[in-house]
Amino acid sequence: MAEKPRLAVLKFASCDGCQLALLDLEERLLELGESVEIAFFLEASSRIEPGPYDVALVEGSITTPHDKERIHEVRRQSRFLITIGACATAGGIQALRNWADHEEFLRAVYAQPQYIAALEKSTPISDHVRVDFELRGCPINPSQLYEILRSLLHGRRPRTPAHSVCLDCKRRGTVCVTVARGIPCLGPVTQAGCGAICPTYDRGCYGCYGPAAQPNLVSLTSHLISTGVSQQEVVRTLRGFNGYSPEFRAESDRLAPP
Amino acid sequence: MAGERTIRIDALTRVEGEGALYVRTRNGTIEDLRLQIYEPPRMFEAFLRGRSLEEVPDITARICGICPVAYQMSSVHALEQALGIQVTPEIRQLRRLLYCGEWIASHTLHIYLLNAPDFFDCDSALQMAERFPDRVRVGLRMKKHGNQLLEALGGRAIHPVNVAVGGFYRVPRADQLRRLIPDFQWCLDAAQDTVRWVASFAFPDFDRPCELVSLVHPDEYPMNEGSIGTSSGERIAVDKYEDCFEERQVPYSTAYHSLRRPAGTTYLVGPLARVNLNCDRLSPVARQLAEELPVSWPSRNPFHSIIARALEVVHAFDEALQIMRNYREPSQSRIAYSYRDAAGCAATEAPRGLLYHRYAVDAGGKVTEAKIIPPTSQNQAQIEADLRAWLPNVQHLTDPALSRACENLVRCYDPCISCATHFLTVQIDRI
Repeated sequence: MAEKPRLAVLKFASCDGCQLALLDLEERLLELGESVEIAFFLEASSRIEPGPYDVALVEGSITTPHDKERIHEVRRQSRFLITIGACATAGGIQALRNWADHEEFLRAVYAQPQYIAALEKSTPISDHVRVDFELRGCPINPSQLYEILRSLLHGRRPRTPAHSVCLDCKRRGTVCVTVARGIPCLGPVTQAGCGAICPTYDRGCYGCYGPAAQPNLVSLTSHLISTGVSQQEVVRTLRGFNGYSPEFRAESDRLAPP
Repeated sequence: MAGERTIRIDALTRVEGEGALYVRTRNGTIEDLRLQIYEPPRMFEAFLRGRSLEEVPDITARICGICPVAYQMSSVHALEQALGIQVTPEIRQLRRLLYCGEWIASHTLHIYLLNAPDFFDCDSALQMAERFPDRVRVGLRMKKHGNQLLEALGGRAIHPVNVAVGGFYRVPRADQLRRLIPDFQWCLDAAQDTVRWVASFAFPDFDRPCELVSLVHPDEYPMNEGSIGTSSGERIAVDKYEDCFEERQVPYSTAYHSLRRPAGTTYLVGPLARVNLNCDRLSPVARQLAEELPVSWPSRNPFHSIIARALEVVHAFDEALQIMRNYREPSQSRIAYSYRDAAGCAATEAPRGLLYHRYAVDAGGKVTEAKIIPPTSQNQAQIEADLRAWLPNVQHLTDPALSRACENLVRCYDPCISCATHFLTVQIDRI
C-alpha cells in the first residue's frame, strides 16, 4: 500500500449509519486521519479528490438506474473495494421490494410516481461488480471497521469471524433466550459481530449480521414452526435487514414460494 | 449569455445523505433555485405494511443512522396511541434519557464535524483539528459519552435494540447508568464551554421572518410529548397535524416539501425553532447561559442554529445527569397490551425537528398503513426560501465562493437527506 493510502467513502441507498460508524471511531478517527488521506468522503469533508483510490468503502445498495452505472466507475477507480453493511452486502431492508409489486410500492409512497426513477429490485454491490471484502452488519461494528483498515495499512488481508451469534452468547455467559424462555432467535444462523447484544436485552437475535458460515436454516425454521410460530411469521423474520442474502432468501422462498 | 449565471453544486458535503443545489440567475435576479434530493427512495411506508407492529421500531430506526432513536420514539408513541397504552412515569423518564443520548451524539457530530469548520473556512473537522486539536478532541469526547449512554440504554449507539412498543425489552441496571455520571459531569462543563465558543463565531446579519414550529409542553423542554406550537402562538393537537400541514411533491426531488395549510407557506423546525419557542423550559444551566450570550432570543437567523444546538447539548447533559442520579430500577420494563383494529399518530422532537408518524394496525397486530414525515422534508421549502433571500447578500462573490456561501447556509439546518427521502447537489446558473 502507498505511503499514505487514499481512502474514499461512497454512499448508495442506505441510512448513513455505516459511514457514521467511521465518525464514531472518535479519537481513533484523528489517528486514522494521520495515516490515510481521506480523498472522498462527502459526509465528512468538502474536499473532493478524484480517483483512483487505494481503498473504497461502499455503503448502500443499488436501487436506481444511475447508481447501477455509478458503481462501475467506483470499481474502476478503486484498488480495494470493501462493502460496509447489510445494504451493500445483501440489498438491505429496502430489498423487501424484491418480493413486492414495485409499481404499487411507488404509488403507495409517492403521489406522482412518474417523478421517481427507481429499479424494481434493491441489489447488493456484488451483483454488479467484483467486491474485495464484505463487512457485515446493520449497522457495522466500528471496531471491526477499524481493524480492517489497520490490516490493510499493515499489508494484511482483513478477516472477520464467520461463526454464529449463538457462540458469542455462550462466550458472554448469556442464558439462551430460546431454551430458557422460548423466545424465537436467529442467533444459531446469524454471523457474529454485533457482540450478541439482543439476548442480553431479553430478546431474540433478528439477524443484523446476515447468515453465518454454513447456517442450518431448515433445522431452525422447522424447530420454530414446531414450537407454534406461524410459517408466515418465520418467513417475515427471515425477510429482514439481510432478507435478500442468498441463504436467508432461499429458505424464506422455500417456505413461501414467491 | 450575458448576465446569465449558473451555480451547480452536484454533491452537497458535510450533510447526511445525498443532495444537490441548482441556482440560475439572470442579471442578478433568481430565475430558478432548487434544492434537489436525489437520495434513492427506499419506500419504508410501503414495506411496513403487513409487518408485525413489534418490528416497527427496529425497521423505522433504519431510515436514519444518525437519528434512529427519533424514529423509534415517534413510532412507538404512535403505536401506543393506537393500542391505548399508557406507559409508566419511569418508562417515560428512560425514554427522555435515551433521547438525551441521541441529541448529544447527533448535535455534537453536527457542531464539531459538520458545521464549525465553515466558520474557519476549513473543509473538514480533520483540517480544523490541525488548528484547534483540543477543541475537536473535546467535541469527539462529548460525542463518545453520548454514544455510551445510547449503548447503556439501547445496546448500541446506531440502531439500538432495546426500544419496544410499551416500553423497553429490559431496563438498564442502576450501575450501568451510575458509571456514566463522572464523565457526564465533565461533559456538562465542556458543553457550556462549547456554547461560549460557538457564540463567539462571526455570524452574518441575516434575520428571516419565518414561522417557527416545534412541540411545546407546559413543564418540560419538548421531546416525546406536547402539542405543536408555532411562533404565531397557535397550539395544534398532534392528531390535527395533517389538517394543518401538507406535503407536496416536486419533480426534482425524491423528498416531499411540507407547507402550512391552508396558506401554503413555509416553516422552520429544529433546534432554532425549539429554543425560540421553549427557551424558558431549558434546564436552569442552559437557560442562564442562553441569557448571558451576545445573541438575544428569539433569534430568526438560521446561522444561529449552531448556538441553539449547543444549548440543547447543555440541556441534554444536564437533564441526563438528573435522571441518572435519581434512577431506581423500575419493576416493570414494558406495559402489556392486546391487538385491536385502530390507528394512532405521534410527533416527537428528532435532533433535526418535528418527526410525525401515523400508523393503522389490524386486530392481528399487523401494520396496514404507515405515514412518516421527517423534519428535513418539512424544512426543505424553508431552506429554499432562505437561500433565495440569502443570494443577494453573496451574489458579488466568485462562483466557487458563492457555492460555498450557499452550502454554508444549507448546512445550518443540519439537513438529513437519508431521512427525507421520501427526499440534495448545488448548481447555480447565472444568466
